[in-house]
Amino acid sequence: MFTGIRRVVRAGFVGFWRSAYVSLASIFVMMVALFVIGSTMLIEQLLTSSLSTLQSKVDINVYFEPSAPQEEIDAVRKAVAALPDVAHVTYLSREDALQRYRERYQNNEIAMQALNELGENPLGATIAIQARETSQYESIARFLEEQRTQTAAQNPIIEDINYARNKESIDTLTSIIAAVERASFITMLVLLIAAVLISFNTIRLAIYTSREEIGIMRLVGASNTFIRGPFMLQGVMYGVISGVLALLILYPVLVWLGPRTELYFEFNLFTYFVGNFTYFFVTLVGIGVAIGLISSTLAVARYLRV
Amino acid sequence: MIYFDNVSKLYSDGRSAALQEVTFQIAPKEFVSIVGHSGAGKTTLLKMIIAEDRPTSGQVYFESLDVHKIPRSRLPHYRRKIGTVFQDFKLLPNKTAYENIAFAMEANGRTDEEIAENVPQALALVDLDDKAWNFPSELSGGEKQRVAIARAIVNQPDIIVADEPTGNLDPIATYEVVQILRKINDLGTTVIMTTHNKGVIDELGRRVITMDEGRIVRDDETGKYVL
Repeated sequence: MFTGIRRVVRAGFVGFWRSAYVSLASIFVMMVALFVIGSTMLIEQLLTSSLSTLQSKVDINVYFEPSAPQEEIDAVRKAVAALPDVAHVTYLSREDALQRYRERYQNNEIAMQALNELGENPLGATIAIQARETSQYESIARFLEEQRTQTAAQNPIIEDINYARNKESIDTLTSIIAAVERASFITMLVLLIAAVLISFNTIRLAIYTSREEIGIMRLVGASNTFIRGPFMLQGVMYGVISGVLALLILYPVLVWLGPRTELYFEFNLFTYFVGNFTYFFVTLVGIGVAIGLISSTLAVARYLRV
Repeated sequence: MIYFDNVSKLYSDGRSAALQEVTFQIAPKEFVSIVGHSGAGKTTLLKMIIAEDRPTSGQVYFESLDVHKIPRSRLPHYRRKIGTVFQDFKLLPNKTAYENIAFAMEANGRTDEEIAENVPQALALVDLDDKAWNFPSELSGGEKQRVAIARAIVNQPDIIVADEPTGNLDPIATYEVVQILRKINDLGTTVIMTTHNKGVIDELGRRVITMDEGRIVRDDETGKYVL
């Protein structure tokens, strides 16, 4: 048993080395395929993160009347924060709003004068609401409108909700995000299938050149496992080597690309790659090994049927 | 030792036949030559013995074993009892002469010590000690065939099946190969060989089976090449 394994391993390595051209061709094709898969993973990540950056910039602002009592503002705030669709609520009190106004217009004398003349704080409190998904703003806005009409009769506390004004841009963004996610998913799926098929076919061709050898091995009484073993090992070796090579190529590309993505997408691909290196290593080498192993097993099985 | 019982092989069109009702037997330690025109069914006959081809009807027995009832998973095991030699040598191109012979032993599950001992012996028997580490592409036709014979005998099979072993060889290489086969037969191994070569048959003076259109037409104990 042990001798058998040792012989299969040795035959695998010797075969790999002696048919170096075929090995090299297979490794090269698989490397390109794995590089495509790796890039796909990175692009996907870049898209996701830039979309979430965009999403985090979308919010609904509720402006309260300056005269609104603090308890009622707090009640609305709590009710909104309790909604399942709401990710984040930022509260800006009247005083803070005034403070911010002062800071912004400190060099504008007319504005400061106007403020001093009024004598009291003319600004209301504000809450900024962020939803988990852009598509959820609709329902949050509806909830706020209900709150508004409920309290409006006696003395209104909500002065304005800016959703209606932002609605169009929020809707556009929502549909763009959905379209981009769908398109990128389909593109990646197609690329992935193409990469797998091309690698698969290359290994099959490599083994096709050995079909006579397989027949000869059978005729001298080699068992199927003994014949298949070295080819499967070679498939695994192709996978490991091409996976590592793909990572080696990705590295300098990302060193160059990292700062640029940082600039445009506020997301550094290089940092992400280095931070998740284990994930990339396991995925690419794993896919490589799986493709190598499966395709060599299937290809040899074809010629074992003598 | 080998017994063909009314074996026929029809091609898939159902009309033309490669073998028709072939019945004969081979005793242990015999040296049997099978002659006949191309397409007479010689190679098909040998393929039946090594279970590379199946008969349409009839049975082939190896000792008491029905060859075509051996399950697929046991075939490698069965084939290790038979040494095969082919016209086109069928050596593994990526392996040296030594490794080609060693491969047959490795496939057989022999130990490293046995391999280290028997491979040089087999190479010596075919007089190729000095070419052990050459690849097949670096060997002449006669040398390749001698490597193939060394590979066939290294596991001490009960029988050697040789399909036109001299078909691609010049007269001197042919002579050498036939001498080696005869030596192997003298050492106690049954040999079945197909050939086109009249000189080889006349020289051997052993049993000759003559085939024509899938039938055995002559079976002479000390045959001449008659067609």
